[in-house]
Amino acid sequence: MDLGMDLSIFQYHFMQNAILAGLLGGITCSVVGVFVVTMHLSFIGVCIAHAAFAGALLGLWLGFNPLIGALLFSLGSAAIIGPVADRGELNPDTSIGIIFSLMLGLAFLFMGLMPGARTEALNLFWGSILTVTRQDIIFLGVITGVIAGLVVAFHKEIQAVICHRQVALAVGIPATLVFYGLLFSTGVTITASLQSIGGLLIYSLILNPAAAAYQLTYSLKKMLLIAVAFGVVSCWAGLAASYLLDIPSGAAIVITSAIIFGLATAFSPKRKVKGWQRAPLAG
Amino acid sequence: MDNTVIKIQDAVVSYREDVALRGVSLEVRKGEFIGIIGPNGAGKTTLLTVINGLGKLVHGEVRVLGSPLNGTNGSSLRKRIGYVAQVENIDPRLPINVRETVMVGCYGRLGLFHRPKRAQWETVDKVLEMVGIAHLRERPIGHLSGGEYQRAAIARALIQQPEIFLLDEPTASIDQKAQHEILSLIQLIHREYHMTTLYVTHDLRTLPPICQRLILMKDGKTWRQGSPESMLREEVLSQLYGAPISVPTDIAPLQT
Repeated sequence: MDLGMDLSIFQYHFMQNAILAGLLGGITCSVVGVFVVTMHLSFIGVCIAHAAFAGALLGLWLGFNPLIGALLFSLGSAAIIGPVADRGELNPDTSIGIIFSLMLGLAFLFMGLMPGARTEALNLFWGSILTVTRQDIIFLGVITGVIAGLVVAFHKEIQAVICHRQVALAVGIPATLVFYGLLFSTGVTITASLQSIGGLLIYSLILNPAAAAYQLTYSLKKMLLIAVAFGVVSCWAGLAASYLLDIPSGAAIVITSAIIFGLATAFSPKRKVKGWQRAPLAG
Repeated sequence: MDNTVIKIQDAVVSYREDVALRGVSLEVRKGEFIGIIGPNGAGKTTLLTVINGLGKLVHGEVRVLGSPLNGTNGSSLRKRIGYVAQVENIDPRLPINVRETVMVGCYGRLGLFHRPKRAQWETVDKVLEMVGIAHLRERPIGHLSGGEYQRAAIARALIQQPEIFLLDEPTASIDQKAQHEILSLIQLIHREYHMTTLYVTHDLRTLPPICQRLILMKDGKTWRQGSPESMLREEVLSQLYGAPISVPTDIAPLQT
């Protein structure tokens, strides 16, 4: 393979956009993933992802911007799921499962009602990081900046809520507000990354890097940094694989992130028994 | 001078069709140490959540530290109330250590956009020394035993510098040695700081000797209240629990 040809690819705008999308999407999805993984909200996240997908398809069908549809649906589902999970009127697994299946049903309904070719709709299924526009990048950049700013500004409140939500509430932290803020951040992140990663695959990029980082550290700050590194590496490595092997980019990104998770789990220091864990536990 | 810090009038709390509190009225004076006992489902925990504003009243009125709880000021009042719950199951992989967990107690008072300063971390270290787990400060919180975890929870509540201390079965699910150590710690704290303390338990053997008044709860009501000597009697306890109860000879409040 000609190395000169490999490097020349970076001169193209579409590749520059893809690299930027990988960087920004990798950062945002991984940061949000840390919240989701630590709070054990994986199923809620999957549900929000599918809601965003359904909303985007509604936008395509009715002829308005799919991102607006995705944003409305993802925020709407977060607003429904939060209280449902909190109040416990139904088993959260049951109620979230119902909302999840409803969103999937709506997605297929909107797709079925769409006239003509459904190329754009199918792109939303598995995403196409190689076709993201400058406008998509700007939107993703703004979302990344806002989420990073919120994490820095409210780090201590976020740490308290994701690790000890009931305690946070009891010490006077606005824990419910922070919790909903985290759910909405998940919705916004999914919306912003939908175009590049795709509705069916986006959730893996949220879950896998954060779950991999969760295996490697007991420090939230380190977990955030490791998850971001894994997220960006997944995107860039997947992008490279997609270009070199001519395979779908979204799938390549997700498979890369799953491989990283597998390696992190295999080599997790949390699997080793520490000296103090061997000692009998005193009261 | 009125030194009432908690005044509950005719409080009713209901969780859908279940009524947890049925018209409870209670006054607590500053610096009192009150024990609350009763069978499961008597409303003991709900009573504590009404005091820290987490329990939603269907009817009645609650005044805490001079302010009526009205649904908007619960968060600011909770900054002045330390709350220790039962040992809970914690994910052993949780990315937070003992020192950081204790510092969470400061966050409410610190407020948004303020980070803990060096002096506050030093206070955390001092409190960890006081509760006897300074050597565990860097350990992940999910790796503590039940007794160690409760010490961390007490340290977290102390860091808040609370005016009211609510303890909800702090010795449940831990072994006897740890129970004894936690009780000693709770008494030490009360003697040192004179905080108004409400201590919930269903195990009479874990009533601290420092307890000045006992509230007996049954079916969501304060069934009786009085001195430990007058309440810890076989006929009273047998009626409370609906079964013959012999008073253990080693109940601490009866031995002081």
